[in-house]
Amino acid sequence: MTFTPILSDEVVALSTRRSYIELNARARAQQLLDQGTYRELLGPFDRVESPWLPMQGIVTQSDDGCVVAKGKIDGQPAVVIAMEGKFQGGSIGEVCGMKMAEAFRLARLDNEKGIPTRAVLSLESGGVRLQEANMGELVIAEIYSEMVALRKHTPLIVVIAGPTGCFGGMSLAAGLASYVVMTRQARLSMNGPEVIELEAGKDEFVASDKPFVWSVNGGAQRFATDFADVLLEDDANAVTEAVKDLFRKGQPAQLRTDKYDLFIKRLKSMDPSKQWTGEDIRNAWKAGAK
Amino acid sequence: MTNPLNNRGRKWFEALTGSTGKVDGNPGSLMVAEANLGGEKAVFVGVAPDANARFPRTGHTEVGLEEGWYGTKNLRAVIEADKNGPKRPIITVCDSKSQAYGRREELFGIHLAAAAIIAAYADARTAGHPVIALIVGRCVSGAFLALAGQANRMIAFDDPEVLIHAMYKDAAARITRRSVAELDKLGETIVPMAYDIGSFNKLGGLHSLLKVANPDTPAKATVEQVKSALIEAIADARNSPRTLDVRLESDGAKAFRKGSIKVRELMTRQWAPS
Repeated sequence: MTFTPILSDEVVALSTRRSYIELNARARAQQLLDQGTYRELLGPFDRVESPWLPMQGIVTQSDDGCVVAKGKIDGQPAVVIAMEGKFQGGSIGEVCGMKMAEAFRLARLDNEKGIPTRAVLSLESGGVRLQEANMGELVIAEIYSEMVALRKHTPLIVVIAGPTGCFGGMSLAAGLASYVVMTRQARLSMNGPEVIELEAGKDEFVASDKPFVWSVNGGAQRFATDFADVLLEDDANAVTEAVKDLFRKGQPAQLRTDKYDLFIKRLKSMDPSKQWTGEDIRNAWKAGAK
Repeated sequence: MTNPLNNRGRKWFEALTGSTGKVDGNPGSLMVAEANLGGEKAVFVGVAPDANARFPRTGHTEVGLEEGWYGTKNLRAVIEADKNGPKRPIITVCDSKSQAYGRREELFGIHLAAAAIIAAYADARTAGHPVIALIVGRCVSGAFLALAGQANRMIAFDDPEVLIHAMYKDAAARITRRSVAELDKLGETIVPMAYDIGSFNKLGGLHSLLKVANPDTPAKATVEQVKSALIEAIADARNSPRTLDVRLESDGAKAFRKGSIKVRELMTRQWAPS
């Protein structure tokens, strides 16, 4: 007697789906690169760790929370940089930030030499690492410099999956990307909810109100208002496929950071004296696009 | 307390350019003007206080949505105008307390507005414009990244009121669960955590620290002194690669960014396929 599956296709798909969010940084980098092509640079055995954390009695991690790997994506040379949200909140210190900046710099040099190396940045980050404060600020500026230089040669893709999300200095890195891929669980915001509440009060922002927070900076809202190009369920293979599709698409018609005329038009037409909601913005921009 | 709207950034912008920097169509917080500097035209940019700011969470020198997007538009116009000719130096007079913190800002994507002006400064630098950040006051957190971070050369006043940092001390203390006294103590041994400009200078990111008499009141002699420093930095930038590598090659970096230099060495070695 043969077993006949009576599960719907949807249920079968769900049961075989693997989470991307649950993968650590190293597994994410492996997931994004073609199978068998992964080669980590400055891996844990090189033992280049934060020089500043031990001075404060904080335990280091031997990759400083950032995994850089070379390999191929869709058969083409690629570098993947994945931040580990579980180490110091994915914060950017000297070593992990410099690994990121160097990955972009070396990819740019390859492109200038005629080796078309593409780049993906998988972000989980609370922003600058306050224990390395000004070092982080300097390194983040160097990351931006290399991102702006590299994206002229190849699409530069940022993936934000959650649960940490993407805040502070790294939210600006997402702004510099050619394409942004998000899940519903992900958040993208310059200032963290707690910081806004602290600075501006509860009338402005209620950090403990999760639905409210996601209505401002969650993946669905960011996709609906075109701060993200792709919105995905938490599915590792779907992330890989989305990244491949975007590379096949090539450079975007216009980089987001070049859309100053559009954004100035939007700023002029909004009334900033009243408070806005996520829905207000979606409706206003939809109406403006007509 | 002195008039908060008459800040150092505005005073130095006006002293260096002879202009208020107001441009039709720009928000009142954005200063942009062309002025002579060392026998050539230079473009000066700055963020000023604005009592009539449209966005309630701005107006006190914050970098907000308007500052980011209009700043981008102005910088892109300079790059475009000089596309086929000599590249004018771009001087950013920095005295900005931070980015703007607000709900409207996040909904409207302040992360993108800030990224846009960063990209404009970086593109100006790689196109050959000498980009110089003149830090006369506060330049904290997102304001540092948006206004100064992409400059070929950063010059800061050597003065206790000058502040470059990731976060103000009280907020940093709260978030790292330390007291302000503990933070001060840490700053004595951990140079990147210190709040004084001398410690920041040790990291090798600055081109120079400039001791200026009475920095709150620009005078003829001090304006000339600052102009000379700018002219020297412009010439130095023109004779150097259009990257930020100078910050990593400085004596300060050799002493305090050993980790960065090691990462560069090892990554470069491991990058090429074995």
